[in-house]
Amino acid sequence: MIADTIILVCIAIGLVFNTLGVIGILRFPDVYTRLHAETKTTTFGTIFLSLAVIVYAISRLLSDGDAQFLTLSVHTFVALIALAFTNATGAHAIARAAHRSGQVPSPAVIDRYSEGDA
Amino acid sequence: MTDIWVAAVVVLVALIVLTMVRLIAGPTVPDRVVALDAINTLTVAAMILLAVIYEQIIFVDVAIVYALLSFVGTLFIAKYIGGELGQ
Repeated sequence: MIADTIILVCIAIGLVFNTLGVIGILRFPDVYTRLHAETKTTTFGTIFLSLAVIVYAISRLLSDGDAQFLTLSVHTFVALIALAFTNATGAHAIARAAHRSGQVPSPAVIDRYSEGDA
Repeated sequence: MTDIWVAAVVVLVALIVLTMVRLIAGPTVPDRVVALDAINTLTVAAMILLAVIYEQIIFVDVAIVYALLSFVGTLFIAKYIGGELGQ
């Protein structure tokens, strides 16, 4: 069954990227590198976990013809869109707030952002 | 087939617990906010997978609402630690 293979691959990719994001949070030295590691990888991994659920719902819809799997796939897609947009915006807000609260990247020499209008 | 989803959720919960280390031990406030944001994202993923395991579509709706509300919470915390909330 090819759908099972696609689901397995999507779940594996999602879990690997989420794990990499958490390792990045635990190992990286300051706020900005942690934010960089966390936001991109967990968003990517969660998108792939949602894709696994969508593929599962579509395959069950095609094999069983049950309408609730159509609902499951559409709602999961809405959750995926909401997550992708809000995570990017939230990461931007956190980075801006971290800079405004006085954090600087540890080996930084030049800070163009505070040289501007701030 | 259900075993795969259950295993994925178990891994996600383990990742959430690992992230809580940074949430508790983070040296500065923005570190904790980053960890909280990661926990929110992982929780949404776990809820979507739980919807498949328990065959309850309402869990996905809960995940959507949780994603949007945690976004609002993150924005408010960011405004607060940036000192931009009105005095």
